[in-house]
Amino acid sequence: MTNELSVVAAGDTVLSISDLRIEARVKDEWLEIVKGVSLTLRRGEVLGLVGESGAGKSTIGLAALGYFRAGCRLAGGSVRFGGTDLLAMPESRRRALRGTKIAYVAQSAAASFNPAKRLMDQIVEAAVTRGGMPRRDAAARAVALFRSLQLPDPERFGDRYPHQVSGGQLQRAMTAMAMICQPDLIVFDEPTTALDVTTQVEVLLSIRKAIQEHGVAVLYISHDLAIVAQMAHRVMVLRYGEAVEEAPIASIIDAPRHPYTKSLWAVRNLQGASHAATGDDLLRVEQISASYGTFKALDGIDLAVGRGQTVALVGESGSGKSTLGRVIAGLLPPDGGTLRFDGAVLPPVVRKRGKDMLRRVQIIYQSADTALNPRHSVRKILGRPLAFFHGLSGAQRERRVLELLRMVELEESYADRLPAQLSGGQRQRVAIARALAAEPELIICDEITSALDQIVQAGILTMLADLQRRLGVSYLFITHDIEVVRAIADRVVVLNKGRIVDQGAKADVLSPPFQDYTRLLLESVPEMTPDWLDRLVERRAA
Amino acid sequence: MTGTSILASGSHPILNMTVQRLGLGLLSLAIVSAIIFTAVSFLPGDFATAILGRSATPETVAAFQQKLGLDKPWPQRYVDWLGGALVGDFGDSFSSRLVSTVIGPRLANTLALAATTAVIAVPLAVFLGIVCARYRNKPVDRFLSSATLASISLPEFFIAYVLMLVLATKLHIFPSLSSIRPGMGLGEHLYRMALPIMTLLFVTLAHMMRNTRAALIGVMSRPYIEMARLKGEPEMRIVLRHALPNAIGPIASVIAINLAYLIAGVVVVEVVFVYPGIGQTMVDAVRNRDVPVVQACALIFSAAYIVLNLIADIISIVSNPRLLHPR
Repeated sequence: MTNELSVVAAGDTVLSISDLRIEARVKDEWLEIVKGVSLTLRRGEVLGLVGESGAGKSTIGLAALGYFRAGCRLAGGSVRFGGTDLLAMPESRRRALRGTKIAYVAQSAAASFNPAKRLMDQIVEAAVTRGGMPRRDAAARAVALFRSLQLPDPERFGDRYPHQVSGGQLQRAMTAMAMICQPDLIVFDEPTTALDVTTQVEVLLSIRKAIQEHGVAVLYISHDLAIVAQMAHRVMVLRYGEAVEEAPIASIIDAPRHPYTKSLWAVRNLQGASHAATGDDLLRVEQISASYGTFKALDGIDLAVGRGQTVALVGESGSGKSTLGRVIAGLLPPDGGTLRFDGAVLPPVVRKRGKDMLRRVQIIYQSADTALNPRHSVRKILGRPLAFFHGLSGAQRERRVLELLRMVELEESYADRLPAQLSGGQRQRVAIARALAAEPELIICDEITSALDQIVQAGILTMLADLQRRLGVSYLFITHDIEVVRAIADRVVVLNKGRIVDQGAKADVLSPPFQDYTRLLLESVPEMTPDWLDRLVERRAA
Repeated sequence: MTGTSILASGSHPILNMTVQRLGLGLLSLAIVSAIIFTAVSFLPGDFATAILGRSATPETVAAFQQKLGLDKPWPQRYVDWLGGALVGDFGDSFSSRLVSTVIGPRLANTLALAATTAVIAVPLAVFLGIVCARYRNKPVDRFLSSATLASISLPEFFIAYVLMLVLATKLHIFPSLSSIRPGMGLGEHLYRMALPIMTLLFVTLAHMMRNTRAALIGVMSRPYIEMARLKGEPEMRIVLRHALPNAIGPIASVIAINLAYLIAGVVVVEVVFVYPGIGQTMVDAVRNRDVPVVQACALIFSAAYIVLNLIADIISIVSNPRLLHPR
């Protein structure tokens, strides 16, 4: 393909979006989801787009490729790439630019690579079919990119299928795919959000190195300002499809002009007062082991949860933290070990536990969307455990439903709503109210705030702490997020590959001297300062 | 990751799964054969009395039954029958010809009809399915989708009679009866088979095309398809190179069902066109209470379904890269 656009010189404006308006179809109406956003991006510059879910970040990122998802349409404005309006040209010319001059890196590399094709075939595809590059040359360039992105065995890496490499490697492979044609602009859409923190560090470093070496213009999208601070020169904060503020990275963090910007790190600002255990242990886990088929998920777990205490179970994906939650709830029978609840041995299978035992241990899941029956009203969702555990009916039950709604800070009128009529945070509050309906002594919270925006998370965490004070309930809080642990835990248990590597009071575990793995985990958590990644690299090199 | 490691725990996951499927296939065949045998044995009416007439003496009936082996207990008859069936010997029909001589030529006719139809229908259905998926909601897709919906909704005998009325009775292009005799030339053969082929085409083409389209469109909503679009790949290439390899499993299974239908489900079409196939044979055998022939036909039909679905299963296992290339 011969490109009609003149090559963009260094420092020139690569992308200039002005007054971009995009509408999305909601039922039968078109609603504006991007409301007049303007931005410019020069060669060698990295602009961060930050905002929470629904802010329109990805929609703007895709519009930079002249692409709109099904159900979205352009309502106004222009997207100029190297001087030409992408939105005014025919689709065939836009398509010619995609993959060659403008590239995209998607959030979930695992879903965005075709499972049926080898990595190399996918990575060189655009270069060979439309960049006019012989396959051999394209493959050689891909290998060079693999090497510079620190992928293992770069010569043979491309022979593998997507499921044969790890998530972090796939994300770097996708970066290589974006760079294969030496584009002028790359859109990174939450490229590390699906990764564990320790993996994230490596991927961030290789992406940053690749950006610097190739001097491309980059639009870097993330919900996490701390991440963007490591990658971008400038940041634009978006909310409900509008730019709230735009400034160099340092001044956004040090002197945010808009209160919304500050709320982006709401969970970091929570200060949880930790209280000591009141003597007796409510739950004791003794030498528990569990496995899925031949895969050993848990190995010799010992821990205790005190009455009225919050124990945080921390670890990366695959560490076995959710498995332990399932074992305690009786959903997965362990291979060995004992569970003791309030002194008595807890039967390993949920069917063997009496009704009262079931009542005393409740579980809340990450995704309230799937944990609540979409066809039941909030009243019915809360009413069932009230009838089942406490035999309440009629006016008594209704009174209790409304009381529970007030406990989770929802208005009484929400009783008539269906889950689909609630926001993500409200749905999670209903799930919490359902657990509380049983009047439990222990609630297992499995990543219950992970899918929520910062400010919503902060609200729910504060509420949980408040409920604990009033009701004396214990939490086993499963999370991968160190900030959440800081905000809510009394004790911390660190899991790695099915074993406990560290446990103790929060102050002991999360402050020096550290156990090795805990240190790795803690230092991998991005800090709200632009030089965090640099300092981390220096420290590790030392 | 956990799932994969479990799947890949054996040395050759594909081999293990294939052997497992084969075992299951054989087991279903065994169960089906037992059901066929017992069900047919318990049919009301007695062949001996039917043949010999009401006036036959009990002695004649007993002698007749002994000759046909009907006096033995049914488990033994079942074992004898199944043992023979395994080597292609279905025993004597009640009309004292070998079952295999009764069925053999008829089965060949049915297979010829099925094969000719399949050779046209399968590639055409997959091609049209791809076209519909590529031009989804465009006029060509809308037209093909509604046309195939109509042809699925109409019963096959209705299509058969309409074709017969138009192409045979009114326009005299094709013969309305598909009588086939040994020694006919290939051209003559095809000419006489034209109307049944067309009827079967209408039925199977529509079903396979719609399923191919649905399988592709299902894959087209996956994130890796959006990624291919964002790499600027042309839409047709995306459908062929990115979507199709991931839709092979469901497409193979709908093709298998239709091929099985072409062998076992064509009774009505064969009867309408008086085509001397195995369906006709079975209908005749039922009418004459010729139990061995009925059993043999039923067994062949079930075997066709089981074997073809087994092949489709194996294709979809083999087309899964996670199984084909374990970690």
